[in-house]
Amino acid sequence: MATPDEPGAIARGASAPNGSGRGNGTALIEAEHLELYFPVKKGILVDRTVAHVHAVDDVSLVLTEGETLGVVGESGCGKSTLARCLVRLHEPTGGTLRFRGRDITKLNRRGLQPIRREVQMVFQDPVSSLNPRKRVGQIIGVPMRLHGVDGSDVESRVRDLLHRVGLNPEHINRFPHEFSGGQRQRIGVARALAVNPKLLVLDEPVSALDVSVQAQVINLLDDLQDEFGLSYMFIAHDLSIVRHVSDRIVVMYLGKLMEVSPARELYEKPIHPYTQALLAAIPIPDPHENQARARTVLGGEPPNPIDPPPGCRFHTRCPHATEICATTEPPLAEYAGGHLAACHHLQSVGAEEIASAVRSSLSPTSAGDAMPDAEAARQAGDPAPGDPATGRGARTGATPPSPSAGPGSGAP
Amino acid sequence: MAERLLEVAELEVSFATEDGLVRAVDGVSFALHRGEVVAIVGESGSGKSVTVMTLMGLTRGVNSRFGGSARLGDRELVTASEAELERVRGAEIAMIFQDPISSLSPVMRIGDQIVEQIRAHEKVSKGAAMDRAVELMERVGIPRARDRARNYPHEFSGGMRQRVMIALALSLSPSVLIADEPTTALDVTIQAQILQEVKQLSQESSSGVIFVTHDLGVVADIADRVIVMYAGQVVEQGTLEEIFYDPQHPYTWGLLGSVTRMDRPPPRRLPAIPGLPPSLTDPPEGCHFAPRCPLRFDRCHELPPLQARVPGVAGHLDRCWLQAGDKRDRREVEGQIGLATEAVA
Repeated sequence: MATPDEPGAIARGASAPNGSGRGNGTALIEAEHLELYFPVKKGILVDRTVAHVHAVDDVSLVLTEGETLGVVGESGCGKSTLARCLVRLHEPTGGTLRFRGRDITKLNRRGLQPIRREVQMVFQDPVSSLNPRKRVGQIIGVPMRLHGVDGSDVESRVRDLLHRVGLNPEHINRFPHEFSGGQRQRIGVARALAVNPKLLVLDEPVSALDVSVQAQVINLLDDLQDEFGLSYMFIAHDLSIVRHVSDRIVVMYLGKLMEVSPARELYEKPIHPYTQALLAAIPIPDPHENQARARTVLGGEPPNPIDPPPGCRFHTRCPHATEICATTEPPLAEYAGGHLAACHHLQSVGAEEIASAVRSSLSPTSAGDAMPDAEAARQAGDPAPGDPATGRGARTGATPPSPSAGPGSGAP
Repeated sequence: MAERLLEVAELEVSFATEDGLVRAVDGVSFALHRGEVVAIVGESGSGKSVTVMTLMGLTRGVNSRFGGSARLGDRELVTASEAELERVRGAEIAMIFQDPISSLSPVMRIGDQIVEQIRAHEKVSKGAAMDRAVELMERVGIPRARDRARNYPHEFSGGMRQRVMIALALSLSPSVLIADEPTTALDVTIQAQILQEVKQLSQESSSGVIFVTHDLGVVADIADRVIVMYAGQVVEQGTLEEIFYDPQHPYTWGLLGSVTRMDRPPPRRLPAIPGLPPSLTDPPEGCHFAPRCPLRFDRCHELPPLQARVPGVAGHLDRCWLQAGDKRDRREVEGQIGLATEAVA
């Protein structure tokens, strides 16, 4: 039996079947109880730290080779900070971060250099993330030189990359402002690919683009993944776009993980009330369907991350919250099919399934041991609140009970 | 038919730039009736924002040229004097902008900003105006409005700021409300709240709403009629039903096809419209969408007029030479409306 504190326990606990063909199960990045608190300072001459912003609060996750992990949440939920931690643009204030099994939590600049080559980032804003005074050839070529590509090869490789990302290689001497938004994002992708990385962290790469262009960039990312054998961490603020790229999806709220699930399962059967609310909030581009579904509009706003609410972070806005939610933080529990959720009042999950769930080793240390009450679920009858994507037709056929809860039974 | 509030006819807006004349809005016509929500949809650069800003007189400048007309009741807005516009703005047409932080004054309390607008148009005491401001803030769902009126914009969250913008826009009960991408900067859960608010208010106040957006999901949620713009021109307009279930223009097909649908299994590849929108300094001759259109044929080098082409439906206009009868088969992609892009290599 592994304990969560033993190195590698989380990786073993979480390499659940990810439901899709991609991903070979070898952990690329492992985060264990990762924390990043930003200090809030006050004072004119002497900066006193008066509080902390709990940007990433005890998050554990594993990204395996070749898979795409989608990370979703509202603004301020810590998804971008988490991404920046994983590529070590921020140094975490707590927890451990491993890359290919090696601890990189506290590595300095020099120590990180070989890792920088393997982990690259694409930013949200294609305007401010490209130097306006550098030509495209320099923007893409400099990382190559820094990582030791021979000077004479650089130009031909830059041209090749431009071609791969769907830009005209003749435009190698143009400046960023001579390109449209979608083209600039392609330059950002080419720059990230310049050093042959294994993992691309994409921080809302298409949010700033028009819908028709979004689709072009998503399709490009899809092609490049197959071509270069890349792993992606894809961050987005809503669930509609990550669906097309992700093998697994992580839903975050106020610095914590709410639900982790194979992508298809998350859309067919979201079990966390927050995920359901996120899905229900997306309007469907079909007037009839849109009117037909009973949408529950989530009230209120995310609380202040400086002073997050006790217990379950979502309880202040959750339509199903009860007393226990305000006092006890729910652990991440693992259900059938590698579906993880941190909630006392799961939705669309049968009583048998709840009874056979196990506490996941990815659970935060602060979480209690209180697993969802199977007995209560049984008494309440079939929960089935209906399909949140359409809001229609209660899903009465509860999922079959599964005695085996996957290989994640490594909890103490 | 309800009372016609606003009538825009052949509106043209162009800007002189170093690179030549940018024809941002090129012959746009539409009408807005009382109690109706008209959505203007299009990609960035399609001229949707310039159209509505021109109605408010916000695009005037030494480099701007205007043509056509926009009549609000019996008042002409395109040629109105600055003084006349000042009386119209806020009182008869009000606007909600995309970015509430840059459209509110950072150095004035929220309540005072609403009071200032009320007192600029009406002779009321400060106290009475403040009472109205608080009432408005309550109406748009701001809790503890009396206290919150004393806060500055930076003390509000993005969603709350947008509610303040709506309160400000409603303060003089305008007959026309223009919302320019009011939810684009917001999270989905907050967007759902704001959309509900706008819908409810437009029903209560029976004013006309022009809703500018690029998101067809939002359109399906809120609009009665839809105007689709591309490269400065209206390419299709009709009722919500007509645009979503019987779209006539290939660009509309492409737009409908490229939105992700949460209620359907995802397609293997996201359908994208190939290519990029044209430059507005040098738009293509004929149909502006032709260079990106897989269905183009000889006649497309001639600009098709915007006219009703669907037999028996007078209000459904489009700008495409294809025969209405042929379209039903050509817009099907995997059982859904979309633009079959494989035809264009």
